[in-house]
Amino acid sequence: MEQELIHLKINNIPVTAKKGTKIIEAAKSIGIDIPHLCYHPDQRVKARCRLCSVQVTGKRKLLASCSTEVWEGMEVFTDTQIVRDTQVGILQLIMADHDGDCLTCSKNGHCELQSLCTRFNILKSNLPDVSMHREAVNTNPSLVRNPSKCIKCGRCIRACKDVQGIEALTFANRSDKIIVTTPYNLSMEKTDCTLCGQCSLVCPTGAIVEKDDTQAVLDALQDPEKHVIVQTAPSIRVSIGDAFGLKPGEIKTGQMVTALKMMGFNKVFDTNFGADLTIMEEGAELMDRLKNGGVLPMFTSCSPGWINFIEKHYPELLPHLSSAKSPMSMFGAIAKTYYAKATGIPLDRIFTVSIMPCTAKKFEAARPEMGRDGHQDVDVVLTTRELTKLIKYVGLNFNNLPESEFDSPLGTGSGAGAIFGASGGVMEAALRTVYEKMTGHEAQPLDFTDVRGLADTKEATIDIGGTPIKVAVVNTLLSARKMMERVKSGECDYTFIEVMACPGGCIGGGGQPIGTTNAVRRERIKAIYEIDKDLPIRKSHENPDIIKLYKDFLGEPLGEKAHQLLHTHYHRVHKLYEFD
Amino acid sequence: MTAEKAQAYPIGPELAQKIDHVLDAHDHDATQIVGVLLDVQDLIAEQYVPESVAFYVAQKLPIKVSIIYDCLTFYAALSDKPRAKFPIQICRSVVCKVNDSDSLLERLEKILNIGVGDVTYDGRFTIEEVPCFGACDIAPAVRINGKVYGHLNTDESVKELLAQFI
Amino acid sequence: MTQEVRFITKNFGKYDPMSIDSYLSIGGFEALKRAVEMDGEDIASVIADAKVKGRGGAAYDMGRKWSQARAVKGDHKLNICNADEGEPCTFKDRELIKNDPFNLIEGMIIGGYTVKAQDGYIYMREEYRHLRPLLLNAIKQCEERGFLGHNILGKGFDYHIHLYSGAGAYVCGEGTALIRSIEGKAGRPRMKPPFIKVSGAFALPTCVNNVESFSIVPHLLMDDEHEYTSYGSGESIGTKLVSVAGNVRNPGVFEVPFGTPVRDIIYDLAKGINGGYGLRLIQFGGASGKITDKRILDVPYTYDDLKAAGVTVGSGAILVIDERTSVLDFLRMTQDFFSHESCGQCTPCREGNRHAKIILKKIADGVATEDDIKTLKKIGSIMTLASLCGLGETAQCATLSAMEIFPETFAVGGAK
Repeated sequence: MEQELIHLKINNIPVTAKKGTKIIEAAKSIGIDIPHLCYHPDQRVKARCRLCSVQVTGKRKLLASCSTEVWEGMEVFTDTQIVRDTQVGILQLIMADHDGDCLTCSKNGHCELQSLCTRFNILKSNLPDVSMHREAVNTNPSLVRNPSKCIKCGRCIRACKDVQGIEALTFANRSDKIIVTTPYNLSMEKTDCTLCGQCSLVCPTGAIVEKDDTQAVLDALQDPEKHVIVQTAPSIRVSIGDAFGLKPGEIKTGQMVTALKMMGFNKVFDTNFGADLTIMEEGAELMDRLKNGGVLPMFTSCSPGWINFIEKHYPELLPHLSSAKSPMSMFGAIAKTYYAKATGIPLDRIFTVSIMPCTAKKFEAARPEMGRDGHQDVDVVLTTRELTKLIKYVGLNFNNLPESEFDSPLGTGSGAGAIFGASGGVMEAALRTVYEKMTGHEAQPLDFTDVRGLADTKEATIDIGGTPIKVAVVNTLLSARKMMERVKSGECDYTFIEVMACPGGCIGGGGQPIGTTNAVRRERIKAIYEIDKDLPIRKSHENPDIIKLYKDFLGEPLGEKAHQLLHTHYHRVHKLYEFD
Repeated sequence: MTAEKAQAYPIGPELAQKIDHVLDAHDHDATQIVGVLLDVQDLIAEQYVPESVAFYVAQKLPIKVSIIYDCLTFYAALSDKPRAKFPIQICRSVVCKVNDSDSLLERLEKILNIGVGDVTYDGRFTIEEVPCFGACDIAPAVRINGKVYGHLNTDESVKELLAQFI
Repeated sequence: MTQEVRFITKNFGKYDPMSIDSYLSIGGFEALKRAVEMDGEDIASVIADAKVKGRGGAAYDMGRKWSQARAVKGDHKLNICNADEGEPCTFKDRELIKNDPFNLIEGMIIGGYTVKAQDGYIYMREEYRHLRPLLLNAIKQCEERGFLGHNILGKGFDYHIHLYSGAGAYVCGEGTALIRSIEGKAGRPRMKPPFIKVSGAFALPTCVNNVESFSIVPHLLMDDEHEYTSYGSGESIGTKLVSVAGNVRNPGVFEVPFGTPVRDIIYDLAKGINGGYGLRLIQFGGASGKITDKRILDVPYTYDDLKAAGVTVGSGAILVIDERTSVLDFLRMTQDFFSHESCGQCTPCREGNRHAKIILKKIADGVATEDDIKTLKKIGSIMTLASLCGLGETAQCATLSAMEIFPETFAVGGAK
């Protein structure tokens, strides 16, 4: 059905827009950026900051351009004196309540409020400072809240509620006492929060940010005693370019590896290798459950936000969860055992860093399950955002760096490992291997396109040697909750369910560069499958380094050694209050 | 008032039953949360909704506890912090002020020996400043647990009022 | 000497508000019986012809509102009685509920019939919780007698009334905030569109009216003598409930014909200023209204005349302040109210009220500069032009009007 077109004028320039378009979007289409803070292209309209107020002929008040739909014959003015005075005035009102320590703020340079002040040349507000100057809330390994930097735009609340269905964050109080907080101001980890970090991804200022662990890495790199190795998650290579001004979805694997090497990491490895290893174990586990009547559907276990979710909210379904560790944690375990043994470097000298798209990975790395003999398998997790900071800190001109290759032996990943970065990737990677293992021949085609894409719930039925296997892929915790309810009610007949906590999977993770919108996510997904398509090896079980690892060290998938290093068990996390 | 104290508020079987009764009376309808919380608050001697009670209501209704907390801190008639058995709400809007509610407040503070926001030693009274509750025709006025008392212009009228609660 | 009239309040004191039989004995529900024999559009026309304007404060043409609400398509529609009377100095709805609850309910049922709503909600402020038993009893008795429920008066029309309580938030008088509160949320207004008439409570088409607006309807339908339209003139027809308080001898609610001079309301009905003090200022329509001085006294109380004189009817409140209170002190009290009642979600209202309060204090302390006064004016402009809802839009009305009427209040001794 063709959509009705609306004709309007913005600053006397004729514009044609589809019915339902908001003024802010219509203005964008002709190159006018109306200032805004609470508006976010992926979120429901809030119309709260009022910064995008514009003049419309015939209207007594100014209209919020984020919430007002265009109408036929509308005349909009975005640059009159009254509009400017109002917008600048609102910005000054916000600034007076903002802890403006920009120089020491972790969002310095990525702050939307800061860039608006730059745009409007606000050097000093004429209003008295009324900000509350509260201490940062720093109670968990993943996220830090700075209440005095909050501008009450409500984006984080929307992300937590509308995307994740968690509602750990809420407004409280009213008038100038209004704050964004948790119920009874509990620390985030005591609430329903899963530390997924989607709030930090949409925060326009520094009010919710990842816990910054860059210094620990800088220190390790300077420590001659340390052998510092790094692994990079499948999605980083397609997202890091954004942070350096490249267009979304550019594949920057080579430059990323070069940057890490120039920074001084002793070895630069690939989490795609860990992903292939995960498929070996998780695939074997699935086949074992199918063969021996294990608990089905089996759930994937790679996404730490998802793990935190099921532990807190659906502990009764934990037996469905694959016992396979995540690629990051498998990699860490191999690094601190196989690699340490192969290189002869003592454990206390090996320092492992993971570059992850995820704030919850910081929590995963700190779990007691993820280590042995007093050593954590992963010493520090950095988000994509923190890696960007490190690259800038070291002074590298990222975009002009030459390309280089991952190191051996933990640097080879298959196409199957590569697609872990996108929702549906784990499922597709597993199917490629499981199909072949169960039928003896390669799946044709090798692409399972039904499970790809940004849709929050996808499903497919695959005929494996005459047995139809029904699978489902969900991303976001809101869809995960719906799926869990279906599993609980027994109404679904899936064999295998992939769950990713973040929209679009890891390419849309809570630790990705600021500006990760759904439009950006789509570009990254394309890039991920581009990488897969171009790789010579596209199935995990054909990765030569994986074959060698099993031959030299692990033995068989699900074998004793594999079990010891690559599997774990998750446990019910009790809520703060539980009543009968 | 500390977080520990709020957490420590125990929900015995008797209170639980009373809360359940409130939830039943509201058909376990989450849209009625404001009414639910007003009724639940009335069950607590200190006229507030302790953290444990909020979580109890959240689980039993069910509703997200964040919505409860938002409501408790948004609506002036609800409280997440302990008040008193008889919170004395004194109107501080213009009409009462121009009818000398300042003197009324002074009298209350003097007689009860507490300031605004404080609780008397016996947990009986607290003084809260509130906006207009529509008793402008009998200003200056106070409101105690839903009931309005006006024309409080003299020491005697204030003492007489307080005597009803002792 | 001006006398009160009894049209909207004609039932006051005539029956026992706890008894439906008592109400029936004075002709209760005759209007409903008449209404259900009429086409809804005709009911809306009766109201429109009498030029009844919404009595909550916005003064929107009520007949037109009902006609528009009636035209909205929907299998399930609602009407809401806004009894969240929160404007300081406004207590007329309290009197209507207290003295004539059955008439209000009859008005709501007629409203439900007219706009084709199946459910009605009364959203009453928590401060009136002592009136809850009265309304609950009235609803129950109406249900028992078949005036509420299924197939009302055998006309195949179903309608139920639900009583919801506010919890102490002035902003919930705003339509979208009221609706959010009914939906079980904190009452922070939302942007429009979607408009309430299309997507209101629970996303259903909703028609919101004030207590007084509903209360007029039964009397109007029974007004064969055309008494109502004999009062007033032009756009201001009929009578209005005004609540007069402040420094007057006889504060209270009075029903006056439109066109009554302001002086008569204040000096005859409210018996003038207490203690013989001089008049400082008068605020119309509640805390969100503008203020003026004695120049208003000889203006007739009509929508147009008050508007021409720079103020509005608003909720019907008339606050009289004598010379013992300075304009500045008055503005600071009003500011305190808005600083307390802003919902805090939109920047202009949250931060504007905060800074306006600071500047008013500076003026009081004698340390304000000309820049401060300019800033105060600018904040007022931003709040008026860019706030999300009516609260922010009108919160600086008093101060901005004071700048016109009482410029000396804002005179500062040059830059300090």
